[in-house]
Amino acid sequence: MRIGDPLPEWHVEATPTFVISTALATRDFQDVHHDRDLAVRRGSKDIFINILTTTGLVQRYVTDWAGPEALVRQVNIKLGAPCFAHDTLKFFGQVVGREQQDLTIEVVGRTAHGDHVTGTVRIEVPAWTP
Amino acid sequence: MIDIEKEAARVAEQGESAPRLARDPVNLPMIRNWLEALGDEHPGYTEVAPPAMVQVWTMAGLRGQRSPDDPLGQMMAILDEAGYTSVVATNSDQTYHRYLGVGEQLSVTTSLEDVTGPKRTGLGEGWFVTTRSTWWVGDEAVAEMRFRVLKFKPARKPEPRRREPGAQAIRPSVNRDTEYFWEGTRQGELRIQRCGGCGLLRHPPGPMCPECGATKPTYLVSDGYGVVYSYVVHHHPQVPGKQTPFVIALVELDEGVRMLGELDGEPSIGQRVEVVFTEIDDELTMPSWRPRADR
Repeated sequence: MRIGDPLPEWHVEATPTFVISTALATRDFQDVHHDRDLAVRRGSKDIFINILTTTGLVQRYVTDWAGPEALVRQVNIKLGAPCFAHDTLKFFGQVVGREQQDLTIEVVGRTAHGDHVTGTVRIEVPAWTP
Repeated sequence: MIDIEKEAARVAEQGESAPRLARDPVNLPMIRNWLEALGDEHPGYTEVAPPAMVQVWTMAGLRGQRSPDDPLGQMMAILDEAGYTSVVATNSDQTYHRYLGVGEQLSVTTSLEDVTGPKRTGLGEGWFVTTRSTWWVGDEAVAEMRFRVLKFKPARKPEPRRREPGAQAIRPSVNRDTEYFWEGTRQGELRIQRCGGCGLLRHPPGPMCPECGATKPTYLVSDGYGVVYSYVVHHHPQVPGKQTPFVIALVELDEGVRMLGELDGEPSIGQRVEVVFTEIDDELTMPSWRPRADR
């Protein structure tokens, strides 16, 4: 795990079921995350993923790559275009910093409408990590 | 008139809100629901929770209400009253001091960190409101979050007017350089080309930035306001779909670029105008100008 190492590209299919089940699993009951009619009436094109899920996906993207021994210390994200139901959310990432066991990974999650999320994740890896 | 900065200072002075308890202690059924929904197969979350779940534990729930001392709720009410009625989250920075074990009881406190504005954004004029939340187990701070929202007045999007059937217009030539513009007018957006390299705004559109030479144009959605920089009154020759005389105005948009369009009304230099969209047919919506009754 060295500076410049890319993370494998990862695609999330944001089906309506995914948008709704993740919103409820994060205890976010705002109608724009589960009721399409109301979301459209409020000016959205469809229901969309909530922030706590975006945070969780960013974390998962990094831990899927780093392995279960990695400890997540920080998730800093900037939110952009909404990720609507039926969008494909594509994640890209790269190691941008390493100080011994502390790694900083830059992450972008993108849909066809633009960047949904950009940010950095700080993790701590075991001492024996190459 | 509400003094937003003064109100913000008052809310910030209140400091931390009273601790609000999580509904349940950190627990495995909620963790497993979360893992299942997100498709996370991390094997380590049997006795500790995924760090990114920290906010989940203290969510207000289906019938939850903000407590009166919640600084974000107070600030939202103040900005609502000042006319900034829409909200969008822009940043969430979470720091986890340690992993949380099953059975631990969390509480959360929040303070107002910063309110800045008014700022012009792609969504409309607004204020950035930043809060800082701390999660506690007993008196130990276990996680923190800086959370920023933009509270804004939605940029006005006029409803396209439909013309009388059979209306004619001189059709613009649409190509790869100008497609974004006409796509925008169809959606009720006045788009200004912006260089993907140096950010320079330019109009009329072209393939290359005259400043830095980059060939990756993007665009900015204009608020649609400007002043008449120059105009002509067209008397002759006849133009399909137009009654002569009509006015073509060169408008300097508030964003800085100049744009041509028909002006509906008596022209004068320096006059405030706003964009209006006329739907010609499914393919074509034309932007034009009309005098703006300034507030």
